[in-house]
Amino acid sequence: MQFGLNESQKILKENARQFFAGECPMTHVRQLAESKQPYDPSLWSKMAAQGYTGIIFPEKYDGLGLGTVELILLMEEAGRALLPGPFWSTVALAGAVIDAIASDAQKTRYLARICRGEARSTLALLEATASWDLADAKLVATNGRLTGEKLFVLDADVADFVVVATQSGVFLVEAQAPGLSITPMPALDLTRNFHAVQFHNTPAEKLGDEANLVHALDVATAALVAEMVGGMQRVLDLTVDYAKMRKQFGKPIGTFQAVQHQCADMYLETESSRSAAYYAAWALAHDAPDAATATSIAKMYASDACRAVGNHAIQVHGGNGFAWENDLHLYYRRAKASETMLGDATFHRERIARLVIDCVPSAAGSNDRSSR
Amino acid sequence: MDLNLTSEEMQFRGELRSWLTANVPADWAERREDSLESRFEYLRAWQRKLYEGGWAGVSWPKQYGGRGANLMQQVIFWQEMALATAPPMANTLGLGLIGPTIIAFGTESQKTRYLAKILSAEEIWCQGFSEPNAGSDLASLQTEARLDGNFYVVNGQKTWNSYGWIADWCELVVRTDPNLPKHKGLTVLLVDMRSPGISVRPLRQITGESEFAEVSFRDVRVPVENVVGSVNQGWDVAIGTLMHERGTFGAGLQITFRRNMERLIELAGQLRRNGKSAAEDPLIRQKLAQCYAEIEVMRWNQMRAFSRISATGVPGPEGSIQKIFWSELNQRLQQVAQELLGPFGQLAGSSEHSVDKGTWAYGYLRSRGNTIEAGTSEIQRNIIGHFVLGLPRSY
Repeated sequence: MQFGLNESQKILKENARQFFAGECPMTHVRQLAESKQPYDPSLWSKMAAQGYTGIIFPEKYDGLGLGTVELILLMEEAGRALLPGPFWSTVALAGAVIDAIASDAQKTRYLARICRGEARSTLALLEATASWDLADAKLVATNGRLTGEKLFVLDADVADFVVVATQSGVFLVEAQAPGLSITPMPALDLTRNFHAVQFHNTPAEKLGDEANLVHALDVATAALVAEMVGGMQRVLDLTVDYAKMRKQFGKPIGTFQAVQHQCADMYLETESSRSAAYYAAWALAHDAPDAATATSIAKMYASDACRAVGNHAIQVHGGNGFAWENDLHLYYRRAKASETMLGDATFHRERIARLVIDCVPSAAGSNDRSSR
Repeated sequence: MDLNLTSEEMQFRGELRSWLTANVPADWAERREDSLESRFEYLRAWQRKLYEGGWAGVSWPKQYGGRGANLMQQVIFWQEMALATAPPMANTLGLGLIGPTIIAFGTESQKTRYLAKILSAEEIWCQGFSEPNAGSDLASLQTEARLDGNFYVVNGQKTWNSYGWIADWCELVVRTDPNLPKHKGLTVLLVDMRSPGISVRPLRQITGESEFAEVSFRDVRVPVENVVGSVNQGWDVAIGTLMHERGTFGAGLQITFRRNMERLIELAGQLRRNGKSAAEDPLIRQKLAQCYAEIEVMRWNQMRAFSRISATGVPGPEGSIQKIFWSELNQRLQQVAQELLGPFGQLAGSSEHSVDKGTWAYGYLRSRGNTIEAGTSEIQRNIIGHFVLGLPRSY
């Protein structure tokens, strides 16, 4: 058994860290956030040139053909940099769903464009009920046309096509399709935007059966957890640096145990979230029997941890942590959005209970993301 | 990253598993109400059996009678012991802490004299570290040893000695030079517990039993050849011992927690809440799922830490979180058990209505010690703050 990264995984992670540090520094993130630009097209092209947009997809669609573990490492570094825009929604969410359920022809048409960096996409799942259970979805698909409303759709304004989950299958809608309207839902996270997406008799192409969504959503969930881990790590680093530098009562505040112990807790929560993200990624990549449970444990743990880490960080920074100029709030905002995305800790505890107390069979066939 | 066992690891596990299946005594759980002494003799016999089977001191080098197991094999050993619900070994401290310390710091004649009898449980060992006024601040200890010819003369008081009431020998930390800074003037001695001037008093703890003892030393004469390591270098030896306390043993603990968890899930199916099975109660489900999840995270943290050590030879930073993680988790788990069991959670094993022979009432109290023994949670957080995150020392 070896729960460490192999050489090529270490190189991928290190390269990604350097790439984002060089191409997406915090000044750039801030500039995008404050000018309300959803993403940077030139950065997107550079990411595509690195192969990032096709990291987990087969080479026949111009992807890199790497596994979930590699995706997780890339997402961790993206999270550290607070990468703005539709990377997670395009690759880990919409891309993973298309890869899991669409036909070969559809993958050639859509997934290959994602891999080559030519298209951005997203998944429309949630509705006014705020339920992650697809059984609560009301959006209607009739004769290849969709009518209804999806909410909290990330990055819909820059998507070239939107993947839509309904009770009668998963569909794809082109951005120019008639009857499609997209309205911003301004929210906490300034670096990734929600939208309401309305469909009025909008033509849609069926990609596949909704029953096969579960595994793809778990991959997206694990990727999101990894992104949260990267964010937590950055927030921890900022806080420790600050505790070493900031002086009160004539000494660095990091000398005081009340401060040290908060940093120690941040460290424990960050490392534990990382262990969980890596394990879930490995379990998903190998179809381990506990893959679904592990994914929910990772999301549950990280959802609570990323909030706690952010809370400690602001507290240790004192007044500076409350200031707009400080970068912490940008991470804190993303953390809240990620905490609820694809189910918060309470949602995933119930899913864990279904899997380990009720012993409901996991991913195979049934939509076990239900909260009932 | 490959989380499957290698074929070598599978082979080791298979061999151990079949030995345990054939040899683990089945009646340990029923000995809860027996006297401490008779329970201890039972454990001594069990360790003797392990020793004869070649399974005592798995981590010890072969030349000292151990099995020379690598780190992953040690992890597997503790996991399999827990899976087989094997009793603990009598000489826990000797095998896990003191033997390895003698191997690392001892002279050849010390190794010859002591190691084999540790493995066979012929001689039981305790540690003389904590004192009434030296707990977390261990280096401030006051028990003194004065050189008198070929002997050290020891005076002072130790407390919280695990197995102190039965031990034959003690790894004792004493102050040999009061004029040096507190970390510099310490020495480790191996002390015969039957020496004149030693008196032992069992220390009754919160659970009502006496796992620990207080030991006082009045003009106890210890031969100079019983010094481990160098005189006044005892802090390094003592810290070396404490490092072993945070070793692979935790892998077995995780299995034990997991078994407790499975039992709680089973009990939830038998108890009722708000007109339905407790296993269907939303709040109980949330709490059980939280514990289940944390026990898994504990396992994954351990897997990462063990992999790091076996790949690089040194513990990674994730190692320092293990003690806080398991000790605080066990306290939460025990509280969830109490909430689930309601009034039954308090019952002692002697009650005919007790659940699992009173283990939950006992576990609830015993778990309070988890965040204190082997380095308090506060000390652990100081270690992370200072040694891992590089924050300035607070003291």
